[in-house]
Amino acid sequence: MKSLRNFLDKIKPNFEPGGKLQAFQSVFEGFETFLFVPNTTSKSGVHIHDSNDSKRTMSMVVLALVPALLFGMYNVGYQHYLAIGQLSTGFWNIFVFGLLAVLPQLIISYGVGLGIEFIVAQWRKHEIQEGFLVTGILIPLIIPVDTPLWMIAVATAFSVIFAKEVFGGTGMNIFNVALITRVFLFFSYPSKMSGDSIWVRLGDTFGLGKGTSVDAYTGATPLGQIATAAESTIQPTDIVGNTLSLWDMFLGLIPGSVGETSTLAILLGAAVLLITRVASWKIMFSVFVGGFCMGTVFNLIGTTAAMNTPAIEHLLLGGFAFGAVFMATDPVTGARTETGKYIYGFLVGVFGIMIRVINPGFPEGVMLAILLMNVFAPLIDYYVVQANINRRLKRAKVKNN
Amino acid sequence: MSLLSSRNRKVLVDPLSKSNPVIILVLGICSALAVTAKLEPALVMSISVIVVVAFSNVIVSLLRNTIPARIRIIVQLVVVATLVTIVNEVLKAFAYDVSKQLSVFVGLIITNCILMGRLEAFALGNKPWPAFIDGIGNGLGYGIILVIVGFFRELLGSGTLFDYQIIPSSFYEAGYENNGLMILPPMALIVVACIIWVHRIMNKDLQEDNN
Repeated sequence: MKSLRNFLDKIKPNFEPGGKLQAFQSVFEGFETFLFVPNTTSKSGVHIHDSNDSKRTMSMVVLALVPALLFGMYNVGYQHYLAIGQLSTGFWNIFVFGLLAVLPQLIISYGVGLGIEFIVAQWRKHEIQEGFLVTGILIPLIIPVDTPLWMIAVATAFSVIFAKEVFGGTGMNIFNVALITRVFLFFSYPSKMSGDSIWVRLGDTFGLGKGTSVDAYTGATPLGQIATAAESTIQPTDIVGNTLSLWDMFLGLIPGSVGETSTLAILLGAAVLLITRVASWKIMFSVFVGGFCMGTVFNLIGTTAAMNTPAIEHLLLGGFAFGAVFMATDPVTGARTETGKYIYGFLVGVFGIMIRVINPGFPEGVMLAILLMNVFAPLIDYYVVQANINRRLKRAKVKNN
Repeated sequence: MSLLSSRNRKVLVDPLSKSNPVIILVLGICSALAVTAKLEPALVMSISVIVVVAFSNVIVSLLRNTIPARIRIIVQLVVVATLVTIVNEVLKAFAYDVSKQLSVFVGLIITNCILMGRLEAFALGNKPWPAFIDGIGNGLGYGIILVIVGFFRELLGSGTLFDYQIIPSSFYEAGYENNGLMILPPMALIVVACIIWVHRIMNKDLQEDNN
């Protein structure tokens, strides 16, 4: 640590105005504050001083995403070897296959996003902000494993520029940047983002895991099967036709976007977020409650397969848990008042299940629900604050009389 | 340029850039979103608007001293509606396919804010010749933006221009795909925003002071 500090101090003058490398000043500053607690304090007003700045908050979120990422990599390999009927190949082969499939997407997402952030930071002469640390890891987790790399690059560039930088950068965006990336992909390239043939990688990755799919193979996700089912009740199956139990759905060895299949891994991440108090338990809790209530209501109506799917399965399948834990709790785009968080979360859950059930074209309703509620979060906050003001005014008047 | 006095030239040229009806005044946005998914309807729509705004400007300018101020909006609407009906019939007769694509949006030129704006702000207070030039200028200013937006949306969304394949099939074999979002109206708004962005970078005096 000491030698690293000394090294940074040694090269620092190069990056200061007038130095040789002053064009990269914001990049240097970004890395310096990422590695060490910045040595600056606020100069005006009264502040609680805490070393937990937003860079460290973001680091905690990245840490919380690691279980979902590792499990997602394993699952990519697992689905592949299940599809070609060679599951006996062993844990490491399975994991390395997934690692090699997901890693390029992660690199592209970080490369494009951080590249744009660095350029804008230098251009506007402000520090590099850290929001993209989380966005960059979220993007590969919420898309199918076979999404072409150039599409990820285009979508990441679009969302960083139009959903974030034009609003003023980290902390100023109205919409969740990672979700805008997914929505952009979803509406721009529907053939690569929905359907039955994209969730499992059948081809090999850098020559690893060659093989042809077994006869019983179908690539539909459980939610895809539910959305397209003709019968009014359906038991979802995995990609080779075995019936899925609730435990399978919870554990997450099912086809889907890379990081969203395993509710178990997501809950591990949620535990990290809640213990470190990075994310609001109120939002997480009320998203699940909202989804469960809406699912129960649909169960009671029950005319299609999607309506008849038990509410608890709705919470386990698709991106619901991932959205509830990592997307809805985004402190920038979510509601900020404490009462507002309950309302916001509840409505995310309600709309997520509603879109998923009513419109079979969007089995992934949760992303649209979160973006919709992003729009309404300031309105919810406004009314919560106004209600509080009115309540206190009333109290003040009663006393005066 | 003896044809145009310096004032008339300003009337003609200003709406193309510095007081463009779409990207400065942000008028006529609705039709700019609706008809620009392809270049051809965008072009036809632009020409229709140029014709309607130019001639309605002339007619209202001729009538300006006889129109009672209290009912002027109705009179203007009658003039515009007449011209729009003529344009609509001409399109149906000579360019049926395009008029099908434009559907209701030719009729909706009547409610296009650019028209009412020019009639109210210019034609009612100026002689026919400057009014005609003003109409041509504003129609062109609207048309330029529509054509630019239509160009990008058709090129990126369908890979064609005037329905002629531009992006070579080898691109598609290499994995390229048309961007389906470009066909949807939200992208028109974002393309217009990009034009505004570039336009303001080029014209420093248009940039608002942020402080």
